[in-house]
Order: sequence, then structure tokens, then C-alpha cells
Amino acid sequence: MRYALEMKGITKEFPGVKALDNVQLNVKKGEIHALCGENGAGKSTLIKILSGLYPSGSYEGECLIHGKPQSFSSIRDAETAGIAIIYQELALVSEMTVAENIVLGAEPSRKGVIDWDQVTHDVQRWLAEVGLKNINPQEKIRNLGVGQQQLVEIAKALSKKAEILLLDEPTASLTDSEVEILMGILQELRKRGVTCLYISHKLNEVFRIADTITVLRDGQTVSTRPTSQMTEDQVIAQMVGRELTDRFPKSKRSPGEVLLSVQDYSVYEPGTKSKKVDRISFEIRKGEILGIAGLMGAGRTELVTSLFGGYPGKSDGEVWMDGKNIRIQSPKDAIRLGIALVTENRKETGLILGMDIRQNLSLAHLDRLHRGGVLQENEEVSLAEQYSQELRVKAPSLETVVGTLSGGNQQKVVIGKWLMTQPRLLILDEPTRGIDVGAKYEIYQIMNRLAEKGISIVMVSSELPEILGMSDRILVMHEGRFTAELSHEEATQENIMYAATGGQ
Amino acid sequence: MDAKLQHSGNEADKTLTGKQKAMQLLGKMDLRAYTMIAALLGIWVFFSFMNEFFLSPRNLSNLFLQMSVTSILAIGMLLVIVAGHIDLSVGSIVGLTGGIAAILQVWYDWNTLPVILVTLFVGVLIGLIQGWWVAYQAVPAFIVTLGGMMMFRGVLMGISKGSTIAPLEDTFKLIGSGYIPYLMGWGLAVVAIVVIAVSQWKQRQTRKKYGFALSPLYADVIKILFYAVLIGIFVSLMNSYKGIPFPIILVLVLAILFTFIAKKTRMGRHIYAIGGNTEAARLSGINVRWRTMTVFVFSSLLASITGIVLTARVNAATIGAGTMYELDAIAACVIGGTSLMGGSGTIVGAVIGALVMASLDNGMSIMNMENFWQFIVKGGVLILAVWFDMYSRRKKTA
Repeated sequence: MRYALEMKGITKEFPGVKALDNVQLNVKKGEIHALCGENGAGKSTLIKILSGLYPSGSYEGECLIHGKPQSFSSIRDAETAGIAIIYQELALVSEMTVAENIVLGAEPSRKGVIDWDQVTHDVQRWLAEVGLKNINPQEKIRNLGVGQQQLVEIAKALSKKAEILLLDEPTASLTDSEVEILMGILQELRKRGVTCLYISHKLNEVFRIADTITVLRDGQTVSTRPTSQMTEDQVIAQMVGRELTDRFPKSKRSPGEVLLSVQDYSVYEPGTKSKKVDRISFEIRKGEILGIAGLMGAGRTELVTSLFGGYPGKSDGEVWMDGKNIRIQSPKDAIRLGIALVTENRKETGLILGMDIRQNLSLAHLDRLHRGGVLQENEEVSLAEQYSQELRVKAPSLETVVGTLSGGNQQKVVIGKWLMTQPRLLILDEPTRGIDVGAKYEIYQIMNRLAEKGISIVMVSSELPEILGMSDRILVMHEGRFTAELSHEEATQENIMYAATGGQ
Repeated sequence: MDAKLQHSGNEADKTLTGKQKAMQLLGKMDLRAYTMIAALLGIWVFFSFMNEFFLSPRNLSNLFLQMSVTSILAIGMLLVIVAGHIDLSVGSIVGLTGGIAAILQVWYDWNTLPVILVTLFVGVLIGLIQGWWVAYQAVPAFIVTLGGMMMFRGVLMGISKGSTIAPLEDTFKLIGSGYIPYLMGWGLAVVAIVVIAVSQWKQRQTRKKYGFALSPLYADVIKILFYAVLIGIFVSLMNSYKGIPFPIILVLVLAILFTFIAKKTRMGRHIYAIGGNTEAARLSGINVRWRTMTVFVFSSLLASITGIVLTARVNAATIGAGTMYELDAIAACVIGGTSLMGGSGTIVGAVIGALVMASLDNGMSIMNMENFWQFIVKGGVLILAVWFDMYSRRKKTA
């Protein structure tokens, strides 16, 4: 059996983390091979190795294309070997035309002068191959729909004589009909002998189109089998099937009365009418930890950011707190009402990296730390000291710049910042992303302590063990809607994953 | 285990050697400010070797006068840059507000006080308009203030009908070319030293109240003495010529006031936070738009003060007044260690930067070097200063 692509014993380490651990991947020529795994299972890392983004030598193991060993040191090397990648986020220049984009970086030219007649001729042929016969090559990319742009990307890949296509979540931003078109074209390409590596966590698509499925978990290959020998449940079990040991501190608590109640809440993408969150309702009790599970892009971040008043798009629906109807227009309103949001990405939206620990801790609390506009610095220092000790921030002093701290300590500073505002409802969006096991455990302990004190916690997380281990109740979100509500007792990794991938 | 933080590390201090204590004391002040001061002293030593008159009281008095205009502009520019923006219009605002002041006084015979008030009001108004476009309409500051730079110059040409407007009244001229009398100068020095001593003492008391570690008493005394000597040297130098130039007093007052705003107020903290990470600042409940507009109001207000000082000093308003001053102000901030990315920079640094630029100008002109050299050297120093800053930071992280 000849393989188009073989990866043998791939191991890739980052400081402190083994992203890939002895991964094997064998893709037959002319097949559509699906790569499945949870967020963080190592799919992206694998792609970056295949694309030459992580040059050979920065990982262990071997890559073979059509049986020949390869050592890519750049993206161009990978392209020369016939690999092309269609990224999740489109990599087209939106102000350039379709034709310009397709030939970008490989313009047919004579002495540096581009031969535009040749370009138009070639481009029309490739566009026809991906079913875009009716598109004018002179149209600007930004005037095309997302689905069409995706197809232009594929045309671009074909123009580079790609024999192996890597598609990373290609349908993440496509409508149903666009997905149909894409599926059709992939089948067409398969007939022509193009090999596809299809990465997706939408299992219904995977089962429709893939010939073979490889499941990755925690950086290791779990299995590679023909689709016909697998069921969706088996794939889910393999994706999540790790032993749950005692990684979650237990605490006894009994949630009290309802603190916040949300009814028919929708969130719109900024400037459009498309809904990121679609008429959802839920409530949270005092001292309860509510987990919100779901895949990336399900609308969880949009939901919590909008509730906090920090999302740029519009929202409608009703929010009640303590039985009173409230309207939150800005984060300032939310803080005043006792709502805090620890955002998903601490470096981009949580911290001022160039400021020190003290200044970051007090940032959301400054409105109560001044007299006539003048900061009460002594008060500030003693509060900062109190919270950094309570959360065990490990740093030489409060004057340490937060950019120099480890991820776990940075996350503690963000949490401390919000605890200083004395919230009644603490929303945590991916609270343990990218931090080590020890710091995770400490953050779980903090959450338990807060819940025991009667603070309500909403935790958005893509890590199933954490959702299962920490939540009193779990809501599962899929494409802007809740597809399941599960109690701590009834929730399993399988039924959460089932609801998160769209099963009702 | 508990993270032990330095603030409660009172006992630890006792075991430190004298050298370590000195290092600790130095470390608490801005290390970059020391490099700046060292560079400035280097420039001064160089010029005093080249020309003995450089360090004469008369020339130093001149030098401080020359730096005052750039310094006041640099204070406003610093706030704008820290907030992550830029203000290219300040030079034109200097010209326009100076022109308005001169027109009111020369053509309409207004008294000095109402002239100043109206001029400052115009400054605030311009800041509100430009700030609104940047903060609430999200037009990039570069564009808004570039447009402003052209428009305000145009307005000036229109209202002054292209003529030079002079002369101004004596009371007005004092703002730009007055000197503080001999005795009053010493009086101010004593007041300043007392204020420093009292605030140090008060700081000790509150730190004690909160139970924070105190630096040893003698360290505080040395600090106060150091400032006292510095102030004494400055006043006696200035007094041996004509006294302290009034614009220098203005620069010092504004620098202290805005350092206070930047370091000690909620507004100042917000401005640094916005420049450091706008999104994080917004999600921490900071009203980013309002603060951004405020910053432009400050910048234009300070530019109108500069307009008054400049018009008073040259005793005339011309249509070319203030041309390219925005670039001097930006250069002063950058030489003073301000990052154009926003979020960092100090007013002291910006003022020292202005002093460096003025020293280069002054030193080269008393060496009788031709004018074109000043542009070439200043440009080179600007690039070198930023390169050195980036180089030393790279080394630190590597």
C-alpha cells in the first residue's frame, strides 16, 4: 500500500508541554482522511509541522510524502512538495482581486513583469475546477461570500499543483448550503486523485465525507480506522476517553436562591443581523458553579462578554438580577452590579502586560480607590497585597511587571483583579487555558472557596474534565443555542460531546 | 507556601549592607531617567570643552528659556503618546492661539488677563473637537491632527490676513520674557524645599499607619538634602544673571502638576492603561472614549499655553509661528524614553528630552556651527536614542 503522506513517531515539545507524543499518521493517496480530536489534542501542532511552519529539526520523527522523506524548513518547501493548507481563518488579501490572490507569490512573469493574460487564462481554469465558473477573476475578494472565499483558497492550492490538501476546520464559518458545495468539490477532487486531510470536530461532516478517521488525544494517536468500521459514539469516546483521576478538589455546597436569570437572550455579530447567540434562557443560583461547555465558535464567549456589557454587537432579551430587571450597557455597569468577567485571553484582553502586579490588580477597582480623583495609593497597595497573598501569586514583589510572570501567575492576577471588585457573579472564560497542572488545581480551589462564600460562578470551558469536575450544573452550547442541560450527576464526557457536536 | 512580598519584608532590610541599601534607594527611582541625565551631562561637558561660555549663567539662562516652549508641548504630547495616539496639530495650535491672543490685544485693545483666558478657552475647544473625532468617531489621530495641522494654520493665515501682529503690552510680554526677582527666587527655593520635606514626612507617616516597610530615616534626609542642594545651585546660577526666567517656573509647575496627574490620579492610571492595552482597559470598566478625548484637550490646552509664551517672548504673532514644533515635541518624548506604542513614558523624561534638544541647538550655535548642522545632529541623536533604548531592552530580555 502506497501512502501519500506518512508521519512517523512525531514528537514536538514546547517548554513544559509535550504537544505531540510519538504521533503516527498514514494517509492513503486519493482518500479523504479525517483528523479528529478535542481542542488542544495536537491537531494544530501537527498541521504546523506539515506546513513547514515548525521547521524540521524542531521536532522528532519523520515525514514522508509519496514514500520520500522530507525535511521542510519553510512553508515554501512544503508547497514545493505538493502540500497546501486551507486555514480556518482565511488567508486571502481582501483588497486584491480573485486572480491576484490565486497567483500571489507565484505570479507568472517575464523579467519581473507579470503576464496578466496568462494569469487570467490560468485562473479561469482553476476557478472552474472548484465550481466557481461564474466568478469574475477581477472581482475583489472582499465582495465574495465566506464560502466562495474558501473555494478560492482551494483554487489557489490547486494552482500550486497541490496533491495533498490540509483543511483546518473548513466549514467553521460556512452556511449549510456552502458546506454542501464544499463537500461536492472535495468528492470531485478525490476522484481526480487529490489527497485531503480534513480536520473538523463536526462529526456529521466527518462521517459523510471521510474514508478514514484518525483520532488524536493529548498529543497521541489513538486509532486510525476506515470510517465504515466506526460509529460517532466510538469516535467521541476515543476523543475524550481519558481516566478522570482526582484532579478536582471536592467541596460540599448547596446553591441558594436564584441570583441571575436570563431570558430569550440573543447576541448579534457586530454590524450584522446574524445571531451568535440565539434566544437562550438560563439562570444561576447563589453559590453555584455553572459550567458552559461547547466547541470553539459555539457562541459561549459572545454570550458571556455580551452579558458583561463588553461585546461590540447588539443584544436583545431580558436579564434579571435579584428579581429586578437590569440593563447592562458597559463593563462599568456590570462592575457596579457586582458582575466580573475573566476573559478568555489574558494577554490580549485581561492584563496590561507592561504594568506591574499592583496596577493590574487594582485596575477594575479604581473607581473606589480614589478621593476626588487622587488615587489612595496606600489603600491600593494594601489591597493588592491582600489579594496577591490570598491567591498566592508568586512574584518577587508587587512592582513586578506582569508580562514577566508565568501563565498561571498571570491568570491569578486577572482573577485577583476581579475579586477586588467584590463580585457576586464571577464569569470565567477558559480560566485554565495554557497554564500548568499545579496552577490549575489552585484555581479550582479558589473557585470552590468563592462558591462556598455564596458567589455565583459561570465557567466557560472547552476542557471537558474541568467542566465535569467543577460544575454543579452544565449547559452545552452548539451554534448559539443550548442543546443540553445536565446535572453534575448525569453529565458524562460522551453526552456533553454529543450535544456539543449538534445532537439534541 | 505563601508568596512573601517585599512590602512586608521589613526585617530583611536590617541585614543589607550599605551598598545594597544604596542600590535599593537608587533602584526605586527611574533607572532610565539616570541614563538620560548622564547623557545630558555628557552633552554639557562636551560643549563646555568646546566653548567656555556654554556653562555661563547667561547662556544657561538662555538655554532654559529656549527649552521652555518645547517642554510645555512635550508634556501634552507625552500624554497623547502614552494613550497610544499622536498629535501633529500642536505646532499649528501654537501659531493659531498665539495669533488670537495678539489680535485680541493689539487690534482690539483687550487687557492681558481676558486675552489669556480666551486663548486658553480656544485651546480647550480645539482639543474637544479633535478629541471627539478621534475618540467617538474612531478616525485615526494621525489623520485628525494632520488635518488639524493644516486647518489651524489656514485659519491663522485667514484671521491675521497674513500680517505680523505686534507689539504686545508689557504685562503680556512678562509671561515670555520676565524674570523672577533675586529675593523672590530664593523665597521660592525655600518654599520648594519645605514642600519636599513635608511631603516626605507625610509619606512616612501614612506608610507607618499602613504598616509598610520604611526606608531608613537618614536615606530620606539625604534625599531632601540632595534636592535642596540642586535647587540652591539652580537658583544661585539664575540669580547671578537676571533671576529665574518666568517660563521656566511655568515649565516646572506644569511638569509637577502633570506628573502628579499621570502618577497619582485615577485619570492618569486610566491613560496608561488605555495605551498599554485598550481592550483590557475597556473590559475593566474604563471609559476609554472619554479619557481619550480628555488627553487631546490637555494637549491642545498646553499648546495654547505655549502659544501665549511664544508670542510673549518674541513680542509678536506671525503666520509661521510654531511651524514644526510638533516634531520637536515628539522627538523630546521619544528621546525621553517614551514608546510610540503607548502605555509607557514619563513627563520628567520628556522634559529632559526637550532639554537635550535645546542643549544641542544652543551648544552648536555658540560654537558658530552653521544652522544646517543642527538639523542633521538632532535627527541623528533622535535615531541613536531610540536605537540605544531598544538595544538595551533587547539585551535585558535576552
